[in-house]
Amino acid sequence: MDKNYDLPIDAALFPEGCTRCSLSKFLVWITIVMAVFGWGLYAAYRVLAEGLGVTGLDDYFGFGLWITFDLAVIALGAGAFFTGLLRYILNIDPLKNIINLTVIVGFLCYSGAMLVLVLDVGQPLRAWFGYWHANVHSMLTEVIFCITCYLLVLIIEYVPLILEQKQLNRNKLVHAIAHNFHLMMPLFAGIGAFLSTFHQGSLGGMYGVLFARPYIARDGFFIWPWTFFLYVLSAVGSGPVFTVLVCTIMEKMTGKQLVSWEIKSLMGKIAGTMLTVYMVFKLADTWAWANDILPRSGLTFDQVFYGWIYGKWLLWAELFACGVLPAIILIIPSTRNNRTLFYTAAILDCIGVTINRYVMTVQALAAPVMPFDSWETYAPNWAEWGASAMIMAYAALVLSLSYRYLPVFPQEVKLNK
Amino acid sequence: MSSFKEFKIKWGMAIDLDKCTGCGACMVACQAENNIAPQPDASNKLKSLNWLVVYELTNGKPFPEHEVAYLPRPCMQCGKPSCVSVCPVIATDKNEEGGIVSQVYPRCIGCRYCMASCPYHARYFNWFDPTWPEGMDKTLTPDVSVRPRGVVEKCSFCHHRFMQAKDKARVEGRDPNALNDGDYITSCTEACPNGAIVFGDVNNPAHKVHDLVKGKYAFRLLERLGTDPQVYYISRREWVRRLGDNYLENEKVKG
Repeated sequence: MDKNYDLPIDAALFPEGCTRCSLSKFLVWITIVMAVFGWGLYAAYRVLAEGLGVTGLDDYFGFGLWITFDLAVIALGAGAFFTGLLRYILNIDPLKNIINLTVIVGFLCYSGAMLVLVLDVGQPLRAWFGYWHANVHSMLTEVIFCITCYLLVLIIEYVPLILEQKQLNRNKLVHAIAHNFHLMMPLFAGIGAFLSTFHQGSLGGMYGVLFARPYIARDGFFIWPWTFFLYVLSAVGSGPVFTVLVCTIMEKMTGKQLVSWEIKSLMGKIAGTMLTVYMVFKLADTWAWANDILPRSGLTFDQVFYGWIYGKWLLWAELFACGVLPAIILIIPSTRNNRTLFYTAAILDCIGVTINRYVMTVQALAAPVMPFDSWETYAPNWAEWGASAMIMAYAALVLSLSYRYLPVFPQEVKLNK
Repeated sequence: MSSFKEFKIKWGMAIDLDKCTGCGACMVACQAENNIAPQPDASNKLKSLNWLVVYELTNGKPFPEHEVAYLPRPCMQCGKPSCVSVCPVIATDKNEEGGIVSQVYPRCIGCRYCMASCPYHARYFNWFDPTWPEGMDKTLTPDVSVRPRGVVEKCSFCHHRFMQAKDKARVEGRDPNALNDGDYITSCTEACPNGAIVFGDVNNPAHKVHDLVKGKYAFRLLERLGTDPQVYYISRREWVRRLGDNYLENEKVKG
């Protein structure tokens, strides 16, 4: 057979029937990504070598950008478990066209969060104590257990996709393993849904149980504060559209259509439905917090906001501009199928959940509880931004390699004929 | 919230804010006693280690009604500590007779969740390696372990002095669980020139602190949040007591 020398040099590795840019163009992109990664790696080195003193964190803000980043990406990565649940357990078949991307995005969000945690804990070499000396009363213990177990599940879900790489899959054993992994996928989707629900919840519970911090303290049901349930709902209300946004960014960068509009719209419908349910409970929770928890603690609504940096605009933006508004757009078919409105709603939805994670992490610590204490403000410094950028670069790298060499998008060939 | 043990002995403090002049001797004594390393640059107070901090309180009125009070804040050794139940690795516990909230440095992973939970800011993180200028290492208290970078620490009510007092009682043939008033006091109590800090077993009627904490003007910080602190404050001035907790406009001050 004659060779086609016009194809990129690594064309034999591309998914069946798919075209990709030249290797040199790809390498230019990877170089840019690696430059950002290198900056973050330097920040990570400084943190590990000199201690957390090089960050902008302090004794008032023990949690800052990294924990906000972790909570936000874990919420946005919820597309993986929720789509997996709907695809494999509830058999919503069309989702097979985006399930691979949700798995990769989920894997990146969780592994990225864990990489940041390695930097964020003061004694990373003792991280295993979470298992060895587990405190069963701590929500953080539940988070440690569920996140690590769920990352294993995501790896198991990602492996068959790697094994389906065109050249690898020619090996009979690899082919058989990949096939058998697929057969077991409903089991892992179920385990993933269970684990992910619990740790999304326990991340929220982590804050709700802080009964001496009125800004975040919540009552609840049995051992679970209401934030437990709110975090699960907000994650499934934003995760699916985050995956769609990642997909759309990839489409813009590659100039190809990777997932059909119907699938994106379906993901929007799923997120919109869950976001609507979430907003009902979130508004009720906010009302109860302002009218019960705060006065019970001797505080007024006005006292828990400060200036512009921790102003009420954050709450209104989270609840209405980035909560109710996207929920309405995504739930009504006519607005959902208007692409401009759809993408606007998706972006607002993701911003809303990020604001929520930010205020629950940072504003909660900024708000003074002792009457003679003062408001303090927090701004992350270069080391924290650098390490966060490293995770984004890592995600970009894995997504780029996956797109180039793995059969991520089943509809790609058909949509680009 | 998990439940916590009740103890027969409850070490506590009564700090008379009307006697405190804000001299800071308690802070210095604490620093020296508990091997808190001197910091090359302590200008950022939110990154400086002090197990005990003296806050300045004002009534907010202009001269001549302007008044100030000083409030030393050690760890409150809460009866229902918000920090203990949240620690994922049981590096902090309230499990020993006397009710002192422990901090196990070799166990702490440095996640700082306990710091987020504490409304009193009584917990501190080792942001940097502790360093001792040459010769200063000879001033270290031998019974107090130094802490590495990356772990949380806090006031322990000079727990080593508690151990010493019990050892002394054993040697003298007395019951180590029935220490006399004054057998065990913290370094801040000892250093206070005005006797503003009184330390002892709040459950023992033979200890002076027992009556002080029951006084009309005694209060605890943020009592309504339910942390049940073992540190009490005393002030005859209403505005000082009002600053001890959050009150809505129409609520009356305790005492």
